[in-house]
Amino acid sequence: MTTRQPKRPPLLIAVLREPGRVASLDAAQWDRLIREARVSHLPGRLAQLIDEAGLMASVPDGPRQHLQSAQRLVLQQRATVGREIGQIARALAGADVVADGGDAVDGFALLKGAAYVAAGLPLAGGRLFGDVDILVPKARLAAVESALLVGGWRSDKLDAYDQRYYRDWMHELPPMSHSLRGTAIDVHHTLLPPTARVRLNTPALFGRWRPVAAAEPGQRAAVYVLPPTDMLLHSASHLFHEGEFGHALRDLVDLDALLRHFAASDPGFWQALLPRADALGLRRPLFYALRYCRLLLGTPVPEPVRQALQAGAPSRPVIGLMDHCWLQVFQPRPSAEGGHAVAARLALYLRSHWLRMPTGLLLRHLARKAWRRIATELAPAEQPAATG
Amino acid sequence: MTAAALGESARPARAAAGAATAPRSPERVADLSPRQMAARLESGQLLLRTGPFTLRLRSPLPQVAAGIARTYAAFPLAPLHGFADFHVAVLPDAGLRNWWRPQARFWLDGKASMPLAARQAFAMLEWGLNWCVASHAHQFLVIHAAVVERHGRALLLPAPSGAGKSTLCAALVQRGWRLLSDELALLDIASGQLLGMARPVNLKNDSIELIRRFAPEAAFSASVPDTIKGTVALMRAPDDAVRRMHEPAAPAWIVLPRWQPGAAARLQPQGAAQAFMLLAGQGFNYGVHGRNGFEALGRLIDRCTCLQFSYDTLDDALACLDQLAPGTAGGR
Repeated sequence: MTTRQPKRPPLLIAVLREPGRVASLDAAQWDRLIREARVSHLPGRLAQLIDEAGLMASVPDGPRQHLQSAQRLVLQQRATVGREIGQIARALAGADVVADGGDAVDGFALLKGAAYVAAGLPLAGGRLFGDVDILVPKARLAAVESALLVGGWRSDKLDAYDQRYYRDWMHELPPMSHSLRGTAIDVHHTLLPPTARVRLNTPALFGRWRPVAAAEPGQRAAVYVLPPTDMLLHSASHLFHEGEFGHALRDLVDLDALLRHFAASDPGFWQALLPRADALGLRRPLFYALRYCRLLLGTPVPEPVRQALQAGAPSRPVIGLMDHCWLQVFQPRPSAEGGHAVAARLALYLRSHWLRMPTGLLLRHLARKAWRRIATELAPAEQPAATG
Repeated sequence: MTAAALGESARPARAAAGAATAPRSPERVADLSPRQMAARLESGQLLLRTGPFTLRLRSPLPQVAAGIARTYAAFPLAPLHGFADFHVAVLPDAGLRNWWRPQARFWLDGKASMPLAARQAFAMLEWGLNWCVASHAHQFLVIHAAVVERHGRALLLPAPSGAGKSTLCAALVQRGWRLLSDELALLDIASGQLLGMARPVNLKNDSIELIRRFAPEAAFSASVPDTIKGTVALMRAPDDAVRRMHEPAAPAWIVLPRWQPGAAARLQPQGAAQAFMLLAGQGFNYGVHGRNGFEALGRLIDRCTCLQFSYDTLDDALACLDQLAPGTAGGR
């Protein structure tokens, strides 16, 4: 299989693969590196890698200020997320215990960034956070939503269409944010939209959670994270099924960090990964995740795993097309995008929606979104919130 | 863009060897001809220092070039292939609207702000730069305040917009106080010192005319009407402030200004706790610093005299504030 590499690998990706390279950068290269990191939402990760390599003191003053600023942000956000998880656990203490597929669930599972913090994973030390994502069984959804409303969270999107979009078709409630703290929460009941063409084996998601904090009846719900294989597979399915690519490289860096960490800390990880992917129905996103992690970030993937994934891999033309699109989307772009990138992004956006819902539903949904964009374009110019 | 068109020295090696006929590299914005400056600005090759930051600017709009020429003339240029903290651009909008109402946006690293009317482009650059610093410069505790300095001691004027701090600040710097900033106090947490940028002072509506009369020698960018703040103009910082932009200042006074028609200018003690709450409330990145920020603010309050200030006329106000740090005749 031919490897499709971009013609000039961007500096950021080269440095992520080999942080020691920063010792030989000149001012112009630092200029490019910091900007690439910023647009890719990776200044924290870059700072973490440079720090771990013992090279921070030798970074020139200008770029070092940006790296250390990012580190301060990471620390502050990590503390905020930690407190927020506690608040959510308290709010959900009262929600009923519901048996789901035979397993009683007395709490909720954290997903993505919040899970990395709660599980104390090394990659949490370089990551900037947005929302807290949690997973609960669908049967508990109403109770959880009520408990959150009582606890002071409010649903963000009030448009009737948006509400229906989320509740009927998507894998999560409409996003909510806390009325006092302003922090955001996404409540998932499965990992992929139920309308999706890929049939995720949702019941298999529950019952193998790992505890991070025990329940205190009446005080706090129990807090869990997914087991390593599931965490990895969720991250992969999130990236390769979603349509928003602003964080694509960041998500790939997460995948690389998870793979390296679990490979080192979890002895049965590689053996368990592929069978688990099959059990959940997530073989295809795993294929792409391992492929692009290997190609772009040099993630070590054991040969037996690579061989096993060939069975059921997409056809060569499909892989070629995906390579072209994804390798465009992973490029950090500090300036405005050229035509290729825009086309690639559009293709993947359409693909994600195609994956997400049946054709009839998709056409109606896209038409509605297009109409809204036109309506916003023609609206009177809004006033920005300028400082000062 | 040829090197000559941009004003770059065509033979840097010769210049380094000290040949008498080699052209000197331009050091300040004013050393460039208007055409050279506009050419650099259009191609995104105008780099300059503002205090702790290096900015790389791009804009094809003549009103931006004019604003920079007028208010950034004394600013030092930075090397083209060096490190810049922020690559910013003010670019005209493409799109249907542009036919009957030209608009422009502020860009940082490929992300754009909301559009504003194109004639506000230079003011938009200034607002955008303030946003860049307030959102990214977490090496400082950034507080919404004006900062001026005299005899090595800094006067902070924290206040929300509309309280008159920019007007007072403009007047002070035309009368012997050194400008650090009219908007952003940059507190270095480790040293407790304040740093400045000496960027143009943002004035609105009546203040523009007021300062023009108060200091007829002051230079202004073109007034731009109909912004959300009314009419806006930017006053160039005195050259002395620009020359000394890298000098830190030790905070000495925190003064909460309040314009009161008919009142005689008066300074009164301000409770430290209230001053603390006000500064924390005016902090842009207070939350990022967590406990360190809390303690740094506490130390700032402790070492400053906190005062309330009511005033009416500018002359009165300045006479009163001058008593804090009596200036010698003719300044420094």
